[in-house]
Amino acid sequence: MCLAVPGRVMEIEERDGARMAVVDFGGVVKEVCLEYLPDLRVGEYAIVHVGFALQRLDEESARRTLELFAELGLLQEEFGDPWEAAAAAAAIANAEVQG
Amino acid sequence: MKYLEEFQNPELARGLLEDIRATVTRPWAVMEVCGGQTHTIIRHGIDQLLPDGIELIHGPGCPVCVTPLEVIDKAMEIAGRPGVIFCSFGDMLRVPGTDRDLFRVRGEGGDVRVVYSPLDALRIARENPQREVVFFGIGFETTAPPNAMTVHQARKQGITNFSMLVSHVLVPPAIEAIMTSPDCRVQGFLAAGHVCSVMGTEEYPQLAERHRVPIVVTGFEPLDILEGIRRTVRQLERGEHTVENAYQRAVRPEGNPAARAMLADVFEVTDRAWRGIGVIPRSGWRLSERYREYDAEHRFDVTGITTRESGLCRSGEVLQGLIKPNQCEAFGTTCTPRNPLGATMVSSEGACAAYYLYRRLAAPSAPSALEVSSVG
Repeated sequence: MCLAVPGRVMEIEERDGARMAVVDFGGVVKEVCLEYLPDLRVGEYAIVHVGFALQRLDEESARRTLELFAELGLLQEEFGDPWEAAAAAAAIANAEVQG
Repeated sequence: MKYLEEFQNPELARGLLEDIRATVTRPWAVMEVCGGQTHTIIRHGIDQLLPDGIELIHGPGCPVCVTPLEVIDKAMEIAGRPGVIFCSFGDMLRVPGTDRDLFRVRGEGGDVRVVYSPLDALRIARENPQREVVFFGIGFETTAPPNAMTVHQARKQGITNFSMLVSHVLVPPAIEAIMTSPDCRVQGFLAAGHVCSVMGTEEYPQLAERHRVPIVVTGFEPLDILEGIRRTVRQLERGEHTVENAYQRAVRPEGNPAARAMLADVFEVTDRAWRGIGVIPRSGWRLSERYREYDAEHRFDVTGITTRESGLCRSGEVLQGLIKPNQCEAFGTTCTPRNPLGATMVSSEGACAAYYLYRRLAAPSAPSALEVSSVG
């Protein structure tokens, strides 16, 4: 949750009175709020944290960071199913206690 | 050099390391503030590649780890109430409170939901007008702007069944607290890049000057960390103590002005307890009086909670850089990511989790000739 992930803006629209975008994070697509970077355009990259674009980033830096995060499994951690992970960990912990 | 080939650009990394080696004449202790930086350091073995005597001390920069136990227990209390939908980021699910975690609250019938963004919680509130929707608003200066905007949007959209349990923490007061501690060994800081991408760097020159400590704003990639260390060590060797920005591609001196303006409107500074560390003056944000109606602590009566920490967990010492995770007796035995005693083991950004994940299970090796603790 602490790390912000770079993403590329694909579409922009107003929704519920806020400027929103569809953003691609190396294959995972999410809705992102652009209220803090209102002049961000389609095709540009930004550092996105918990659904908010916080700072512009150049394309090369963004691509490099995305590759690194994918390699470290951080994209799975950020966008994967946390209930599955928590349940798996809890099940193993219970088995260890009972065993 | 066993990890070096794993770097994206091993040649560049080798050059930076050689430069650091050529610069160092005596031991130095440098703290990386952010948990994301800690993971990069341990994953790539950067601490083991550095010359003897350069010690990296892991800082308190993991929001999940430092959220106070009392707030975690308040979250459990609210999440277990009938009619409440409790929304949280996924990494809070298994953070241990006094008796249970959010995962267990859900198992006991609580409606706990994981969201990617605080705006998702606001949407859930809009779709469930008969329910009370509460969002668990924790995090550093990077997470606070999204949470501030969400409260602002709740008011703008007239959504009244939404509130936030707020426990935000701030980096500069934590640096101040670390530097004024009698146990402090830190001589230089790698500041957290993404915090600075929001807040800018204006607060740091006075900290660097007051404590005569170099502060280098640093990113999260392995080369970023090496460059941050190189610049910090260079300053230390020259007796300098200035603020440098080694993460210019994402950090501007003024940060993000729109986000800072929203933060100033929605939040106000407050004293905040840090889990394992204690109260640090003016180190957190709470909702300002103007937004009191969206404060979950105001909306729900959660007073009178008695907290009880595990007697075995030494995460407070880990968070202050006093011990390394594998110096704790419970590390890797009674405390593992599957069965964590403390938040530093359960959080994906926690130092204990990093050590466990990357198999730093053994106790640290004997001090080298350039051991930092020998410096007077």
